[in-house]
Amino acid sequence: MSGSERGMIMMKFADLIEKNVEELAALDAINGGKLFSHCKAMDIPGAARNLRYYAGAADKIHGTVLKLSKGFQGYTLREPIGVVGSIIPWNFPAIMFFMKAGPALAAGCSMVVKPAEQTPLSALYYAYLAKLAGLPDGVLNVVNGFGETAGAAISSHMDIDKVTFTGSTEVGRKIMAAAAASNLKPVSLELGGKSPLLIFEDADIDQAVNIAFNAIFYNKGEICVASSRVYVQEGIYQTFVKKLVEKANAWVIGDPFDPRVNQGPQTDKKQFEKILSYIEHGKREGATLLTGGKRLGSKGFYIEPAIFTDVKEDMTIAKEEIFGPVMSLMKFKTMEEAIKRANNTTYGLAAGVITKNLNVANTVSRSIRAGIIWLNCYTAFDVDCPYGGYKMSGFGREFGLDALNQYLQIKSIVTPIHDSPWH
Amino acid sequence: MAAASRISSLLSRSLLSKGRICGLGRSVVCSYTTAAALEKPITPSINVNYTKLLINGNFVDSASGKTFPTYDPRTGDVIAHVAEGDAEDINRAVSAARKAFDEGPWPKMTAYERSRVLFRFADLIDQHTEELATLETWDNGKPYEQAAKIELPMISRLIRYYAGWADKIHGLTVPADSPHLLQTIHEPIGVAGQIIPWNFPLLMFAWKVGPALACGNTVVIKTAEQTPLSALYAAKLLHEAGLPPGVLNVVSGFGPTAGAALATHMQVDKLAFTGSTETGKIVLELAAKSNLKPITLELGGKSPFIVCKDADVDKAVELAHFALFFNQGQCCCAGSRTYVHESVYDEFLEKAKARALKRSVGDPFVTGIEQGPQIDSEQFEKIMRYIRSGVESGATLETGGERIGDKGFYIQPTVFSNVKEDMLIAKDEIFGPVQSILKFKDINEVIRRANTTSYGLAAGVFTQDIDTANTLTRALKVGTVWINCYDVFDAAIPFGGYKMSGQGREKGIHCLSNYLQVKAVVTPLKDPAWI
Repeated sequence: MSGSERGMIMMKFADLIEKNVEELAALDAINGGKLFSHCKAMDIPGAARNLRYYAGAADKIHGTVLKLSKGFQGYTLREPIGVVGSIIPWNFPAIMFFMKAGPALAAGCSMVVKPAEQTPLSALYYAYLAKLAGLPDGVLNVVNGFGETAGAAISSHMDIDKVTFTGSTEVGRKIMAAAAASNLKPVSLELGGKSPLLIFEDADIDQAVNIAFNAIFYNKGEICVASSRVYVQEGIYQTFVKKLVEKANAWVIGDPFDPRVNQGPQTDKKQFEKILSYIEHGKREGATLLTGGKRLGSKGFYIEPAIFTDVKEDMTIAKEEIFGPVMSLMKFKTMEEAIKRANNTTYGLAAGVITKNLNVANTVSRSIRAGIIWLNCYTAFDVDCPYGGYKMSGFGREFGLDALNQYLQIKSIVTPIHDSPWH
Repeated sequence: MAAASRISSLLSRSLLSKGRICGLGRSVVCSYTTAAALEKPITPSINVNYTKLLINGNFVDSASGKTFPTYDPRTGDVIAHVAEGDAEDINRAVSAARKAFDEGPWPKMTAYERSRVLFRFADLIDQHTEELATLETWDNGKPYEQAAKIELPMISRLIRYYAGWADKIHGLTVPADSPHLLQTIHEPIGVAGQIIPWNFPLLMFAWKVGPALACGNTVVIKTAEQTPLSALYAAKLLHEAGLPPGVLNVVSGFGPTAGAALATHMQVDKLAFTGSTETGKIVLELAAKSNLKPITLELGGKSPFIVCKDADVDKAVELAHFALFFNQGQCCCAGSRTYVHESVYDEFLEKAKARALKRSVGDPFVTGIEQGPQIDSEQFEKIMRYIRSGVESGATLETGGERIGDKGFYIQPTVFSNVKEDMLIAKDEIFGPVQSILKFKDINEVIRRANTTSYGLAAGVFTQDIDTANTLTRALKVGTVWINCYDVFDAAIPFGGYKMSGQGREKGIHCLSNYLQVKAVVTPLKDPAWI
């Protein structure tokens, strides 16, 4: 099909998603403990938005006509890579599904998607809508299952041309190893993070508190870019902490279907226990638990947002990805020091900087080794903005036109040219 | 998608089911549906609802209250009277566009929201295809099937193409030589003035309005006085799709008044013009003398269609025929100089003549008709003058050359052979159903002859040989080279002229730069980690 024909089907798919927003939102809320209102207002419309972006890109995949040396002419074609294996996590089922499917389908690939075992439901619904939209059979396949079985089968499959994975760094390693051991399929990985947020003295404190709070507690901390290390310049530290705690105390944890609630349950028992164990660790290692950190209720996996202070760089809670509502708050003196500490991690997914100063903004954004730097904002994703990790947070970029490159390969075609009036 | 083969197969399929033969006192079997041309023309089943100017979201009378008639080229009868815009109306339209850009919501919406309006517009075009195609055929004379099955889908396709660019307009960050952050931002240019011709009224509307709006600009568009109707209806649909008032303003009127006012307006930031080369020169001059507004020009052509010695003659004849005769020969890129290699010349000529004789001419609302009337009496007279000039200058009139009927502007498909380079019919743009066939010996000769023109819009190359195709492609000084095809107009293909066929490109990614301006932003960096 031409790119534009693929685009038309994808547009229809997006329209169908919007039509069914309530059900899709409810599925993610129930499966993942995500806030129903957020799923309805952001996750699901975000998925449709993503699809439309790539639908509009499907007919714009350009190659290059080259400037070759005398005697030759050539051009490149960007061809679909083929069959894409997509292994996605449970924290944003809708967004993750389309983060990969959007560009892969636009590029003309076919897909085998393995959703997370914790959140298998909405993917099946999307597959159904895809068929209604006119996607030919076989283009989008959804196989629910577990990582060790279905996921591993994808990474080592000889007929899969590309694997794209979002999940933990440890599983990412396994996938890359399996890809290498099988058919050397190209791999893109979106892995974990321990993203720093640097708040300078000239920041508007209320704004900074707001940003910092949401940067870690949004989606109950189950977000790879979560700013789990917050560095506040000492001049504003006391005021900042006070306002932060006030905000934590006003934070409502409960049933994600209740519109008054700010935070639902963690996604499952395993995550729940892991987070609580990190909180214990933090306390044992000598950090001060300022607020929260306890289980709420006796059913389900609800945890009060935890804020630790007096955190040292070498503590476990400062180094390892917790993937829960646990903030590590630290103080800094100078910009240079903050940069050094921010970079002191094997991760490199995101970072935030809050300052009004042009020089600080420019210097810090160039100095931090992370794939996305948010200046005076956080978790500000846009489908046109490339996103991905440095270092062990992964490689390859998603969103934006760059994402298409994951699903294309370049073919160069070269011919001799005679009698050209120019070269 | 090869529009050429789709169009000609579409039309020839309808033709096969409608074999018409008439004897006109010649021993030649011909298919000009003279009878059909003389029959009472079909009355279109729609009403013309939109005849006023569209300014600031409202249909309004012209400032002077004047109107002008738009004619049915099948008969010369008046279809409707349309508000006639002049300088004052252009002022009002530009004011509305200026305000909509400087203060209104359009440029401040997210690009995604703008794209949603344009996608909705495309959907509305699809839903109203019949009415739009009917207006188009009524006002212009092109076959209804062509308008409905080829042009209207191209129109909605193109709108969708540009809607998809809206949220992907990127600048760059570029490497610095010293510690600086260097960005280029591509900003909308502001108020775009657009002047469009009558040969593809709605398609030209889409080519202009689509990219301009996708880039976040506001528009004042002046339609051709011969064909004001379809743009007004389309603009109404665009407002229905959610376009804020003032973003698109449509002024019907004449070149020397409304067109000139737009070209000289100090508040118009950019002008895009499609039309004749001579008018293009005037427009360029006016822009220079007023506020130096940047201009894109899509002008005339005298495009060569080169049939090489290895050609499959039947295919070459059909394609060459299509390249010239499509849209009553009223295409800026019409393949109006058909160069045929001497080794296949005689066979080609015989078949080209036969094909022209088979071409069915008549009421464009009749199914199966390939050719309708020319647009108006001015064009009609001009074409007839060129035909006379061809005969007088010694070319051989193989077939055609006469008017059909005595109402409307129908001309027989005309073929000249033994055409020499210095004849007017070989040099000037005729813009009618007049094919000129010339003979050539070798490739260097045909390159030289093909390039000996002040035009440079397009060329067709008919060969299976890789080297011939490559050599001709590079050597021909034209904006589009069609190899073994013609008039393929995918949305992503840039189109425009070399030399006096114009400047700038429309369609494709290239068109975006016409409606954007580049702002470089430079900030010093203190002790950057890298440069």
